[in-house]
Parts: sequence; structure tokens; C-alpha cells
Amino acid sequence: MSSEKIIEHSQAATRFNKDVERVNWHDETLWFVREKRDKSAHQIPDWELLRETASQIKNNVLANMHDYLSDFEANAQKNGIIVHWAADAKEHNEIVHWILQKHDVKQMVKSKSMLTEECHLNDYLADKGIEVIDSDLGEYIVQLRKEPPSHIVLPAIHLKKEDVSETFHEHLGTEKGNFDPQYLTESARRELRDTFLTRKAALTGVNFAIAETGEFVVCTNEGNADMGAHLADVHIACMGFEKLIPERKHLGVFLRLLARSATGQPITTFSSHFKKPRDGKEIHVVIVDNGRSTQLGRADFRNSLKCIRCGACMNTCPVYRRSGGHSYHNAVAGPIGSILAPNLDMSKNADLPFASTLCGSCTNVCPVKIDIHDQLYKWRQVLVKKGHTPTSKTIAMKTMATVLANPTVFNLAGKSGRFVMKNIPGLVNNKMNKWYDQREMPEVPEESFREWYKKNSRESKAKKDE
Amino acid sequence: MSSKAEILNKIKQSQPNLAAELPDLNVLGSDQFDVLEMYKTVLRNIGGNPIEVADYSEAIAYIKNNYPLEKRIITTIPELSEIAVLDWTNDDPHSLKDVELTIINAHFGVAENSALWVTDDILGQRVAPFITQYLAIIVNKKDIIPTMHQAYDRIGNQEYGFGTFIAGPSKTADIEQSLVLGAHGARGLTVFLKD
Amino acid sequence: MKVGLFIPCYVDQFYPKVGIATYELLQKLGCDVQFPMGQTCCGQPMANSGYQYLTKGCDANFIANFSDFDYIVCPSGSCVLHVKDHLHDEKQEDLATEMRKKVFELTEFITDVLKVDHIEGSFPFRVGMHTSCHGQRGLKLSQMTELNAPFFSKPEQLLHNIKGLDLVSLTRKDECCGFGGTFCVTEEAVSVKMGQDRIKDHESHNVDYITGGDMSCLMHLEGILKRQKSNIKTIHIAEILNSLEN
Repeated sequence: MSSEKIIEHSQAATRFNKDVERVNWHDETLWFVREKRDKSAHQIPDWELLRETASQIKNNVLANMHDYLSDFEANAQKNGIIVHWAADAKEHNEIVHWILQKHDVKQMVKSKSMLTEECHLNDYLADKGIEVIDSDLGEYIVQLRKEPPSHIVLPAIHLKKEDVSETFHEHLGTEKGNFDPQYLTESARRELRDTFLTRKAALTGVNFAIAETGEFVVCTNEGNADMGAHLADVHIACMGFEKLIPERKHLGVFLRLLARSATGQPITTFSSHFKKPRDGKEIHVVIVDNGRSTQLGRADFRNSLKCIRCGACMNTCPVYRRSGGHSYHNAVAGPIGSILAPNLDMSKNADLPFASTLCGSCTNVCPVKIDIHDQLYKWRQVLVKKGHTPTSKTIAMKTMATVLANPTVFNLAGKSGRFVMKNIPGLVNNKMNKWYDQREMPEVPEESFREWYKKNSRESKAKKDE
Repeated sequence: MSSKAEILNKIKQSQPNLAAELPDLNVLGSDQFDVLEMYKTVLRNIGGNPIEVADYSEAIAYIKNNYPLEKRIITTIPELSEIAVLDWTNDDPHSLKDVELTIINAHFGVAENSALWVTDDILGQRVAPFITQYLAIIVNKKDIIPTMHQAYDRIGNQEYGFGTFIAGPSKTADIEQSLVLGAHGARGLTVFLKD
Repeated sequence: MKVGLFIPCYVDQFYPKVGIATYELLQKLGCDVQFPMGQTCCGQPMANSGYQYLTKGCDANFIANFSDFDYIVCPSGSCVLHVKDHLHDEKQEDLATEMRKKVFELTEFITDVLKVDHIEGSFPFRVGMHTSCHGQRGLKLSQMTELNAPFFSKPEQLLHNIKGLDLVSLTRKDECCGFGGTFCVTEEAVSVKMGQDRIKDHESHNVDYITGGDMSCLMHLEGILKRQKSNIKTIHIAEILNSLEN
């Protein structure tokens, strides 16, 4: 998987845009989700105060991460939860495998966990002969199609019902050509019910872990995390360490924000608080670093760890809506993915902070007030300094810098060849062809503003009169 | 196998040295509205069915009229023994796979999102509200509170092994954003709002 | 009040009429306006591409040209935002800090500094307002739809007394047009699609003109409109506000 060649965002987006109808549908569907979010948020008079409060709580968490994590572990252990620590994806996968081996489990049911996507757990376990079935409907669909999810909340949002129908016909034997979402969902329900009833191990993600009590909260609409966890002997919950919050009462703030930001629902159908295992059963929590402590040390970027994975920044992002989640080649796509991914691998993800117009809508919808678009800007500066941009671009930029710093040269360049139009907007190779593919060039006027000003300004007229 | 010390150490070095105080939560959740009306409106909007009843007998009557009594109905509420069985709480949870209707009490409900708070002491079994085809929850009208802030004030330090907020029936919109009720959990939720 | 006119480089060379309208409008409003001839560019194209470290020369040149003015006014929210956020000078940082506070986008200068809340003029057309992201979300020239906060719009407020102007209410009031500086060529497919979609919104409201406070957005939209051989035209808000003949 990791050896696959990365297709850069712009290239993947170009491909995505070949099917105009599909792009329109993708854009409109996600915009509809953004509108639902607006409607829901605008019904809460305290909304902006809630965001500010959530942001402050998360700032407090970042500043006290060490102590809160220690508290969480101690309290979770008191509750009878077994806590594991994984420095990276590899160790995370090994720990999960070790737990499964200990219980002689060959099949596991999993509810949505973006962390396990980040760690490529399914592939790892498949190599070890363990079958994992994703139970969230969207994840189940993309898993059958051997695709990664394209959105953290709506994993199959890149697909249409015809695609799902085709996939289910092939794998579940549903009626060919029956596109009814009700029918397709019912088919998956029946299929997965058997899975829930026969698995001894269930893996879930974690939305919030509470330092004060050692419990953790998992939110779903489908009830799949609960169906898995309450029927299995072993429940494994995997979390990045940033999922921590200080106290139980802080859930009041985050549960008000999460679903409204994500889909416009007032709350997810189920917000399940796991504090102790059932008698004779086990709950394991795997706390994962995988680059997060590095990000925590980057002053400009540590705020990205405040993220509660609502996906609002994706739904509002005009670029995401028109390029699709897969174009970001990272487990977490969209604006938030573009500020998280370079931390994991700068050279592989150097294109992502540039896949934005810096319009800033992401920052405005973020329920924990991450300065997403400012971080995109700052990542660009870092990536350039670390040499992750093409040399040709650097040379062009240097030329531009020299000309623009020198008014005499600039004016000469402007006159002789319309320097600006050749070089701005930033045409790296001084070629306007990309502009011209689908756009006309601006007409060249007879005189520039400064030429007009020389002749017509009050100053120059006064001078002439002298 | 654990990398605990290494991770915690790195976090200690990386975390910002800032006095980031925790905010005051008391300023939140003072929204003014009729809690019962809000509760019912929100519940309907998310696919649930609010029914006001004076007492358990009215709830029983409603269930008799609206659910197939010949199928398996379970409850943890002794007053409902006429229509539902009570002796399942120590069984293997897998044996609940054929349950048609689970009827339980909730500690309280939250008007702003229609969520009901339940914990394992009143659930009988953790899987009971999920594995059933349909779910009915009984809550006292006086136990409807405005927002999630009051909810956590009320939960306070309550001890539980498992607790969950349930808001409406299980649902998904993963196929083209079309809402389908009954993804993996209950296909329908009736909430009895009791005097 | 001495006002330094800061005209974006591409406006200077391709849209002189926008510079002229800004200049004339500010004069009508009683300002002593001068265009310092040594100005080049604010450096944003480099900075947004990740090369902010190369903009020191631009910054120094900007300071040399504009430090003498009471205010610096520019008909582009984007360029103003860049200066407000990023103008620095190691040798005279106090001066740079002072200047960052003195730079204003045209419409906010009119409403907030000159305290003018309406302008007379005539523009008998159906007009759609393209809200530029840097002006709106960066400079807060108007309320953002994402927030639960009361509506306001400094540019729209100024258009209220323009005779005959019929301002439409767009379906997506503040979606980005996709220009985005170098983005418009490095992410050409998405950039153009975003522009096309913005235009569709204006088209569905039967506008004659798309106006806005940033010529860069309008240049991008104009490029697409012309390619589509559309009848819709673009016009900078300064040109509308300057429509009253002296």
C-alpha cells in the first residue's frame, strides 16, 4: 500500500472533474450537508460561545496532555480497562494482533475508526490471516470495493446508489438494478447482523476519552459500535492520544457541537460511554502516538490536534467538494487532512497544503476553532524551506522577487512584456497555457494605470501648470 | 511491548507551556423554551415517536395496539410484566437476537436533541436497546431537561459500567445521503412521556 | 488627509479603469490622494506559494513608497489582507507595524474611516455581488454565512443608494470563486470548475453584471465568461461607486 505511487492532488482532481455530472452531484450533496449544519448551528443562540468554549477546553488539553493521559490510564485501569501504548502505526497494529492472537480470534468486526485507516490495520491483519469486517454501512461498501473511505464521516460519499447496487449485487447477491437505498441498507443489515452475532472481538474508534473518569465515548448513528462491542468477548478501542478531554461534564460541550457540525443532527443516535467491561469480558484501549507528539511540538501546527473529526471542513471546502476525498491520498482528506498529512510524511504530502484557495471557510465551520487555512499557509512556507517544491518554481519565484523589489526593473519589465501577466498569478513556468485552457486572457489596455496617472493626476496636472 | 514512557516523555517535551485555563461552563445552556414541546418536536424530526401517557397502563395499552404481542418482547420494568418478559437479563446476550421489542426506562431526556440517558443498571443487558427490532423507552415528563449541560450536571459522578444517550432510531444516510431508519439497531423508537 | 493609493500590480497593467475609478472616487470624497510611482506588488503571489521569505524586498519597497501617508487605500481585499498580515521590516519593525494598521480596502475605508454610509450614483442593471474570501473572511468586510451572527456588508451598504441597481441574493452567498492566486493554474481543473459554478449561480439570478471588491476574482470569472461567450460582464465595485458624473 505504502509503496504505491502517489498521484498528486491536482492530477487526481483533474481526473475527478472529467465527469461533470458526478462532480456536480458530489458538490451539491456535500453543500446540502453544509446547509444542514448551518441550519442546526444557527438554532443554537450560544453556538459561537460553544465553539470558543470547546476551543479553550482543547487548548487546556494540549497544554496538559501528559498529566491528563496519565490520569486517564490510571482511572481506566481502576475501571478494569487494559491500556496499551503504541508509538507508531506498526506498534498499534502489532498490539491489536497480539490481543486477537491471545484470544485465538480469526475474525473481527470493526466500527468506524479513522485511526485504523491511518495505520492500515485491515491490510496488516489480512496478511496475518485475520479477517476484518467494517460494519459502518459506508465503510462496509468501500471495503467490499477495496477502496479507502473518501470522507471521515460519510465514507462512501463518492459513490452513487447505482455503484452500491452493483457492488452489493456482486458480493451479497442483491437484485441487479435495484437501486433503492432502503432495500440496499436492509440487505447490508441482514448480512452484518450475522457478523455481529458471530464475532468474538470488536474494534471501535474513540470520539472522546475522559481523563477524570477513565471512560471513553463512541458516537454512531447506526448502532454498529454497540452491536459489535456488546456481543463480543473482547472490545478493542483505538484512539490517538488527542482524543482526551479533562472531565465528564465537558462532553456536554462536545456532544452539542459534534453532530451538528458533522451532519446537522442535534446529536448522534447513540453516544455510548464505556467505563467498565462486562463481567468476564475485556476492554482494551490502545493509545496511539504515530507522529502526534511531533505535531504537538510544532507551535504553528499543534492546534490541528484539537480536531474532533466532524468533517465540517470537508463539507464546506469548495475544493474538496470538487475533487473528492481520494484525491488527498491520505486517511483524513480535505482541509484538516491537508494540515495533518505533512506531519506524517512531508515529501509524500507536499501537494496537499497547496490544494486550497485559502478561502477560510474551513476555519469558520470548525467547532474547535482550528485555524485551518492559516496552517495551510504556514505549511506552504515550511514545505518550501524544506525543499519540497520543484526547483523550477523556486527559480521563477526568485526572479519574481528580484523584479518586484526593484521599481525601475519592474516598470521596464511591465512595459516591454507585461511582466505581471506572465508572472502573476504565479505561473511557475511563465506559461499562461493553463490559464488559457478554459479561460480567456484579460484584454491588454492601451495604457497602464501608472501611465494614465502620469498624464492625468492632479499632481501631474499641477506640475504641468507650473 | 509498551512504548508508554517514550510517548509520555515526548509529550512532556512537546506540549505548550501555557496557562490555558478551563472555561466556565455555567454560562452555557440557558436557552429558554418549553422543554416538553421541544422534546417532542426534535424527536419527531429525527424519526422517533413521542407518546404522552398518564401511567404504565396507558403505555401497555398503546403497546398492545401497536406491536405484535406474539413476538418476543422484553423489559426491565416489573409493571410491564403483562406484555413483556423480565427473566432475560442474565442470559447470553446473543440469545436476544430474536427480540422484537425492548422496553426500558430512561433516567432523563434532553429537550434540545431528544436524547435519553440510560445506564446498564436499567438496561438489563447492554446490547438490549441495540439488538432489538424496535425500542420503546419510558421517561417521566418531569425528567425532561433543556440541554446537554444540564444532562451532565445531572449525571455528575454517577457510577456506571456503561451508559448511553439514545436519540431516535438507528439510522444511516451512507447511500447517497438518503435517510434510512434501522441501520443496525432498532428500526423505530417510541418514547413514552409519562406524567 | 493624505491617502496613498495602492493599486495591485495586475490592476495597474490590465484594469487601469479600476485604478482610475478608485482615484477619482476618493478625490470626490475629499481625500488628498497620491499614487506613489515606485510601488510594485505586495508580494502575495510569492507568499501564498510558500515563498514568503522572498518577499522582504517587496516589503521594503512598499514601506519606502507608502510610509508618508496617513492612510493606504487599495481596491483589493486580498492585497490589503496580505499587507495587514505579513508586512514586516527587520530594520524598522515599528514602522511596519504602524503601516499594517493604516492599510485599508476601499469600501471599508469609505465606511469605517470616512464614515460615509451611502454613495450616490446610477447603475441601472441587475447585479450579483461576488464576495471575495480575503475581503470577507480575512478583513471581515461582511458577515460570513458559516457564523451564527447578524448580517452586515460594508460593500453592499454602499450600493444601496446607487440608482437603478438591482442587487440579487445569490444561492451560495459567499462561496469561493476558485481564483486563489497560483491555485488558478496549479489546480486548474478545480479552479475553473469553481468559477463556472459561481457563474451559474449569478446566471440563475439573471444578472447583467458581477461586481466585487477584488479584481483578481473578477479577472478569473471574466476569463470564463468570455470563453463561454456569456453576456454577463464583470465590473469592479469602485467603477459602480464612481458612476456619478462630476
